[in-house]
Amino acid sequence: MHWTNAIAMIIMILSGWGIYDDYVIIPGLHFGDALRLGTWAAPSLLWHFAGMWLLAANGLCYVSYGLITGRLRERMLPIRFAELVQTVRDTLKFKIEHDDLTVYNAVQKLLYIVVILAGIAQVVTGLLIWKPIQFSGAVALLGGFQAVRLEHFLGMSVIVGFLLVHVALSLLVPQTLWAMLSGGPRLPRKEELS
Amino acid sequence: MKSPFRPAKPPDPALLDNHRGLLLRLERRGFIRGGLSLGALAMLTGCDVSSEPSVDKALRLVSSWNDRVQAALFDPTHLAPTYPRSMILKPPKFNAYYDITEVKPVNAQDWKLELAGLIADKRPWTAERLATLPETEMVIRHICVEGWDYIGGWSGPTLRSFLEAVGADLHAKYVAFKTADDYPSSIDMATALHPQTLLATKYAGAPLADPFGFPLRLRMATKLGYKNPKWITAIEVTNQYPGGYWESLGFNWFAGI
Repeated sequence: MHWTNAIAMIIMILSGWGIYDDYVIIPGLHFGDALRLGTWAAPSLLWHFAGMWLLAANGLCYVSYGLITGRLRERMLPIRFAELVQTVRDTLKFKIEHDDLTVYNAVQKLLYIVVILAGIAQVVTGLLIWKPIQFSGAVALLGGFQAVRLEHFLGMSVIVGFLLVHVALSLLVPQTLWAMLSGGPRLPRKEELS
Repeated sequence: MKSPFRPAKPPDPALLDNHRGLLLRLERRGFIRGGLSLGALAMLTGCDVSSEPSVDKALRLVSSWNDRVQAALFDPTHLAPTYPRSMILKPPKFNAYYDITEVKPVNAQDWKLELAGLIADKRPWTAERLATLPETEMVIRHICVEGWDYIGGWSGPTLRSFLEAVGADLHAKYVAFKTADDYPSSIDMATALHPQTLLATKYAGAPLADPFGFPLRLRMATKLGYKNPKWITAIEVTNQYPGGYWESLGFNWFAGI
């Protein structure tokens, strides 16, 4: 599910940048041709409205699996403030080792929760930008059409910001990547040990 | 419920000591090496996949699937929000596939509205006859596919009242338009019959100005801007998919909002 999501996210971000360019939100901020999926608005829109199905279907599977099995709660909670401060302090001292890949530290937990919520927010604001009249009540609640557009842009910024840190850290701790591809560290059962 | 991917018994944490050495080997070199591989991978995206015909075909297939999803999402009784007249932008924004200086005005005296397809009375209409239909006014938000929007005030007969007056088959699938600026367009029947779908003849209470479609244009509160053809010269009711100018270039056909 992670890699399907990675592909879907990249499709959505790059095609979104192609769509953004026709009417920019931040004056002067343009995304170059190399950063866009689609040579102009029409193909970018085609990509965006095809990628949304992949993103939403995979995201729905991921969140419902995580909620039903309790995996999300088990992995992401609780987040203790003291632990959070400690992890930040360690990180600033370049102490970013993982004793156990299967246990997230407090900062990881917080960032993963933030990015999952940002992903959900993107689906909601995206739907509202797509259908601002059919869902006119919800659009008004979120401050109007242009406000929802801005929120969709900010959601993207959060996800891209996360991605930069996420990819940089996985390059620093490459064992995590291998673990993802090979199915995680092999943990023999206790019987096998003795 | 426990994750089926977790071992039945938790592992002995001491085991992970074996891996600790690996994890502690954090090197700047590793980061640079990883970054380079990732960069090399990203270079592959330089080849533009969407210009590949098979990819384009697949994407357009999803787009026509999205047409059906949008038709299902469209609520024919849901009205778009309306605004006070004081919010009307004057003049409205001009947008077309050419510049405003290239607009070719239509002469009202020579203008006729031709009818074709599944319509009982196909005699052409004049501007005077159109004016005899009851007029509806709406102040609505115009939303462009590019992302900008403005409030506009439009009046004219509803497309529904016109289609009823000419005896059109209201169970047909499509209503298609031809225009003086060679901008063919078409919409679904459900949207054609929506109360906020007008054959607009006026903007902000005054006759349409030349750049905005005089003497007759379509204005729908429930579709993106490019679905609203200006300078309409012919209307056809049909069951064959008529397409449109931007649609043939890859924009989505339904384009409901």
